[in-house]
Amino acid sequence: MESLLKVEQLSRTFGDVQAVSNVSFSVERGEILGFLGPNGAGKSTTMNMLTGNLALSAGRILVGGIDLLDQPCEAKALIGYLPEQPPVYRELTVDEYLDYCARLNRIERSRIRAAVAVAKERCGLTEVGRRLIGNLSKGYQQRVGIAQAIIHVPALVILDEPTVGLDPIQIREIRSLIRALGQEHSVILSTHILPEVQTICDRVQIIDKGELVYSDTIAGLDRRMQSSSLLLALQHPPSEQELLAIGGVLSVDTIGEERLRIHFDPQHNPAQQLVDSSAAGNWGMYELIPERMSLEEVFVDITCSEHEPDTAKAAALVSS
Amino acid sequence: MMIWTIARRELRSLFLSPLAWTILAVVQAILAYMFFSQIEFYMQIQPRLAGMQGAPGITELIVAPMFGNAAIILLLIVPLITMRLISDERRNQTLSLLFAAPLSMTDIIVGKFIGAVAFLLLMLLLIIMMPLSLLAGGTLDFGVLSSSSLGLLLLLSSFTALGLYMSSLTAQPTVAAVGSFGALLLLWILDWGGGDGTASSGGVMAYLSLVRHYESLLKGVFNSADIIYYLLFILTFLILAIRRLDADRLQS
Repeated sequence: MESLLKVEQLSRTFGDVQAVSNVSFSVERGEILGFLGPNGAGKSTTMNMLTGNLALSAGRILVGGIDLLDQPCEAKALIGYLPEQPPVYRELTVDEYLDYCARLNRIERSRIRAAVAVAKERCGLTEVGRRLIGNLSKGYQQRVGIAQAIIHVPALVILDEPTVGLDPIQIREIRSLIRALGQEHSVILSTHILPEVQTICDRVQIIDKGELVYSDTIAGLDRRMQSSSLLLALQHPPSEQELLAIGGVLSVDTIGEERLRIHFDPQHNPAQQLVDSSAAGNWGMYELIPERMSLEEVFVDITCSEHEPDTAKAAALVSS
Repeated sequence: MMIWTIARRELRSLFLSPLAWTILAVVQAILAYMFFSQIEFYMQIQPRLAGMQGAPGITELIVAPMFGNAAIILLLIVPLITMRLISDERRNQTLSLLFAAPLSMTDIIVGKFIGAVAFLLLMLLLIIMMPLSLLAGGTLDFGVLSSSSLGLLLLLSSFTALGLYMSSLTAQPTVAAVGSFGALLLLWILDWGGGDGTASSGGVMAYLSLVRHYESLLKGVFNSADIIYYLLFILTFLILAIRRLDADRLQS
């Protein structure tokens, strides 16, 4: 089956700055793609090009087989877009605004009322339909933005950092909303928050300095994030030699009186043996935490290994 | 269809802010005052006019000056209406809603233009009500009245087109207002250096002036060259605005 979105060799320059260079990827139907990257990596630039907000310097974008440059109106009709800043008119009520968006997206007049009602229902806006958008909280404005993006039931929904600036409860609500969207639409979600991608997405792409440096499924990313260290807390810690004797343990750092960090060979995870030894030797283990890499570390890991393998190795040698 | 959607929202948003109502009220109040003083002046000289052969009627003595004044006042007012057309959307980052929707740049610009002109048309209707009230005690030259109204409508549309272009240049409504006010005033006084219009260079400048073509319409002279001048003026600035909006996608 043909991909819903096909991006080929996408590039964009601003003057001398290469904001996005040679990015190619595709999105299948019904897939949630996480678009990850630090601030200024080119995420928003890419999103803006996908939605026709920014012209391409080079490359091609096909939405459902339609070229975005040749037939912009037909291609855009298949896309719903929520920019970083929800594009809402503060002086309109939620109902008026969604009605306007429905008209902009060429929904037949007779179906507008139903479309607005469905979008409100899905985004939990039914109660606030008659309130002014300017008086709503940031979380609700964000929902209005999402409602606007899905009102014409587009095949592809593009959300640019939809959870920025929300409180934790709102973030959870928006995330479950996005997950629900994933049942019927393809979704591209841009973010710099890793857990967001892990909980929502099927696939993840990492962009750095305008280049696509990583593309894999969530399971693949999870494996990548597995670090090779354990955090231990023991009431009666044994000597270092005893710990090093356990298979797989490479080195032991003492952090506090009762806390240790154990680096191990990824092939031999010593967790099971550590627990057994603790029980046998009465070490009084009360914490065993597999350490995971943060996004930053994964990032450094990925960008270093793909861009500058030699310098990364050299740095590793020096530090060891 | 899309054009009407945008025009409708523009008009609606204008009336949701107090600005539109204030402008309507202030313009009406000032013009009403001028209208009444014109009537009083007419009452004073009426006995002398009665003895004259081919004396000017109330249309020439009351309606024409009022339309002349209205043009000057609206030169000040129109930039205030057009200033936020594009710049506000740019500042609130709602332009991306329009860019992401299946619309062309032409739809956006023409829609906004029509929205603003619809508001000014409303103002024009209110202004025309004043001379029509004279029908209670006299007769009007409807030819002159309609050519004056058409002239004012074309003039206001030209103001709007230029203001819309200025608004597309910036993200600051006040900058757009000052810019369009300056440009309009300059185009208005362009014929001051033109002398009597016989010198060749002065003649061109005078011909380009916005006011020259309006004056002949106020006299009831319907010259298609004047109409075409205004239509070309409007078209030019609308195309410039469309191109400017396109450029947003290219560089921003």
